[in-house]
Amino acid sequence: MSNQVKEQAKTEDEDRGFKRGTPNTVLHIDDVHKSFAGLHALSDVDLDVREGETHAIIGPNGAGKSTLLNVCVGRLKPDRGAVVFDGNVLTGKSPHQINQLGVARVFQTPEVFPELTVLENVMVPALSKRDGHFRLNPFSSFSGEKALRDEAKHVLESVGLQAQFDDLASSQSRGDKRRLELAMGLIQHPRLLLLDEPTAGMARHDTNATIDLLKKIKEGGMTKVIIEHDMHVVFSLADRISVLAGGRIIAQGTPEEIKNNPRVKEAYLGEEQV
Amino acid sequence: MTSSWKDWALLIGFSAVILCLPILLEPIGANYPDLLQKIAIFGLFAIGFNILFGLTGYLSFGHAAFIGIGSYMAMWSYKLLTMNVLPAIIFSTAIAGLLAFAIGYVSLRRSGIYFSILTLAFAQMMYNLAYSVLTPLTNGETGLQTRAIRSDPNQSLLDGDIRVIDQAFGVEEIGVPTTNFFGMAMSGYTGFYFCAVILILGFFIAQRITHSNFGMMLKAIKSNQNRLNYTGINTRPYLITAFVISGMYAGLAGGLMTATDPIAGAERMQWTASGEVVLMTILGGVGTLVGPVLGAGLIKYAEQKVSSWNEGIIADFFSFLPDGLRDFMAEISSLFVGEGWHMTLGLMFMIIVIFLPGGLMEGFRRLSVLFRRPKNRETMKSATIPSTKPGESIAPRAAE
Ligand SMILES: Nc1ncnc2c1ncn2[C@@H]1O[C@H](COP(=O)(O)OP(=O)(O)O)[C@@H](O)[C@H]1O
Ligand SMILES: [Mg+2]
Repeated sequence: MSNQVKEQAKTEDEDRGFKRGTPNTVLHIDDVHKSFAGLHALSDVDLDVREGETHAIIGPNGAGKSTLLNVCVGRLKPDRGAVVFDGNVLTGKSPHQINQLGVARVFQTPEVFPELTVLENVMVPALSKRDGHFRLNPFSSFSGEKALRDEAKHVLESVGLQAQFDDLASSQSRGDKRRLELAMGLIQHPRLLLLDEPTAGMARHDTNATIDLLKKIKEGGMTKVIIEHDMHVVFSLADRISVLAGGRIIAQGTPEEIKNNPRVKEAYLGEEQV
Repeated sequence: MTSSWKDWALLIGFSAVILCLPILLEPIGANYPDLLQKIAIFGLFAIGFNILFGLTGYLSFGHAAFIGIGSYMAMWSYKLLTMNVLPAIIFSTAIAGLLAFAIGYVSLRRSGIYFSILTLAFAQMMYNLAYSVLTPLTNGETGLQTRAIRSDPNQSLLDGDIRVIDQAFGVEEIGVPTTNFFGMAMSGYTGFYFCAVILILGFFIAQRITHSNFGMMLKAIKSNQNRLNYTGINTRPYLITAFVISGMYAGLAGGLMTATDPIAGAERMQWTASGEVVLMTILGGVGTLVGPVLGAGLIKYAEQKVSSWNEGIIADFFSFLPDGLRDFMAEISSLFVGEGWHMTLGLMFMIIVIFLPGGLMEGFRRLSVLFRRPKNRETMKSATIPSTKPGESIAPRAAE
C-alpha cells in the first residue's frame, strides 16, 4: 500500500514542476515566514536544494536572502514553517548542531577569529569537524596536529592564502578575510555549503580566482547555495536559480529559464540593465 | 611539536627561578618564608584565574569563593582525618571543582558584565553564608582552627578534633599538632618549597592546557564566540570546563594557605580578594603564562613591604632634602604607605593599565624588541618584502 502512495506522491511532486521532496533533495525549506517588527522579510518561502547542485539565490538588496540563510543555520527562528536538511528538521536546533549535521556557512560580512592566525582560523573548524561539538582534551598538543595542519595549509593554498599562514586574521584585507572564511567552510567538507556573497569586497582578479575555485568544488560534488549579485558569476556557476524579491520567491528555474522570465526581468534583471 | 622545546625551556627556566626565589629575593629583603609562601600560593591562584580570564575572556569577580571553600575543606581534613596536607589539598581542589561547576553552570548562561556580576553575587552569598547559617561548619568570625584531640565525644568538633587517620596510625600529639607532609613539618622554607613544587606543577598544567586543542578552542571563544558556534562547537561545555579548572586552582591555593598556616576565616572570600587576583593577572599580563605569577609576586611583595613602612622610614628616605620640603614630602608619601598601601596599589595599577595595557609582560616584550632590533634589521627586511602586496600593513603576530 505504502509503495503505491509513494509512487503517487512522487508523480504529483514531479507534476508540480519543482520536485518538492524528490528523493535527491538535500535541503527542503518549507513555507517559511519571518517578519521583523511588521516588516515581512520572508513570506511563503518554499525552496528545495538537490544533492550536488549549485543553487543560486538572487534578488535585490533587502530581498531577504541573508535572512533565509540565517533561518537555515539557526541564527533566526522562523515565525512559521520549517527547514529540513537530509531528513533532520533544522528549525529549533542550535547553530553548532546544524553545523555538525554538515551545514557550513560563509557569512556576508567576514566572520573570522581576529586574534588567531590565518592557519589557526582554518584548523579550528577542522578540529570541530573531526572531534565533534565538544571534546575534553586539555592535554593534546595543538602543535602536534600535523595531519590537520597540513590539510589546513592545503586548503589555504587552494584559496590563495599561502603567503600568510602565520599572520593574524585581523591584519588581513577584507578580500583575504573572505577567502579565509571560504577556507574555513571548505575544510569541513560540508554536505551543504551556504555562501553569502562570497566575492563581495574582492578585487576583480580575486573574484575570478574565487569563481574558478567554486567551479572546481562543484566538480567535487559539494552541494552549495550561493547568494550573489554578479550575474556573470551566477550564470556561470548555478545549476538552478531562485529569485527572491520582497521576501517572496518570484521565480525558480535553470539559468536559461530565469534569463527569459518576464517577472524576473521586471523585478530584478531589468533594474540592472537600465 | 615544533614549539615544544620552547615550552620545555620556559618550564625549566620558570622552575629554576621559583626554586631559587629564596636566594634571588634576598637583596630586596623578600626572602623570608611567609612572603615566599604567599607569592607561590597567589601565583598558583592567578595562573588558574588566567585560564578562565586570559584564555576565554570571561572575567570572574567571584573566585575568592573557591579560595574560601578550599581553605575550609582543608581545615576539616586536618580536624577529622590527618594533619598530612596531601589529602587536605586534594579535598580542597575537588570540592572547589564541584562548587565551580555549580556556580559556572548558572553564571555562564550570561557573558560580559552580567557574567561578572553573577559570579560576584555568588561569592558574596558564600561569604555571608559562612558568617550565618554555615557557622557550625565555618566557626563564623572566629574562624576554623585545628585543636587538640577531644577527650569527650560530646564536645563540639569546632573545639576538639578527632583526626581518625592519625589516631589509627598512633601518631603522638602534644598539644595542637602542626601540618606536615608525611612527617615533614610544613613550616618555614619547607612550607615554601612544598608550595613552590605545586606552583611549578600548576604552571606545567596551565602550559599544556594553553597549548592544547582545548586551549585553542578557549582562545577562539575569546576571539569570536558567535563564529565558533557556527563552526560546530558547543562553547558552553568548554566554558564550564575552563571555569571548573580555574576554580580548582583557586581551591588548591586556598588549601595551601591552610597548609602553611592552619586557620580559615570567611574574610578570604570577600570581594576584595576576588578583585586582587584580577589586579595580579592584569598587572602581570593577561593571557600570558608567566605574567600572573609575576603580578602575584609583585603585589604580595608590595603589600608586605609598603604596608610595613612608617613615617620614620619615609622621613629617613627624604632626609637629604631641606627641612620644610622633607616634611612636606614625608607627609604626602605617608599617605601611600602603612595602612594606606592600597593607594600605592591603585597607583601602580593605573600606571600599568594606562601605559602598558598588556601588563609587565608587554613591557618586557617591548624592551626585548628594542634591544633586538638593531641586530636583525637585515633579516627582517628580507623576510617581509615578498609576502605582502603593496599598500597592505604588515602586522606581526604578538609573541606568545
Ligand atoms: N535582525 C534583523 N532585524 C530587523 N530587520 C532585519 C534583520 N535582518 C534583516 N532585516 C531586514 O530584513 C530585510 C531583508 O534583509 P536581508 O535578508 O539582509 O536582505 P538581503 O541579504 O537580501 O540583502 C531588510 O529589510 C532588513 O533590513
Ligand atoms: Mg545579504
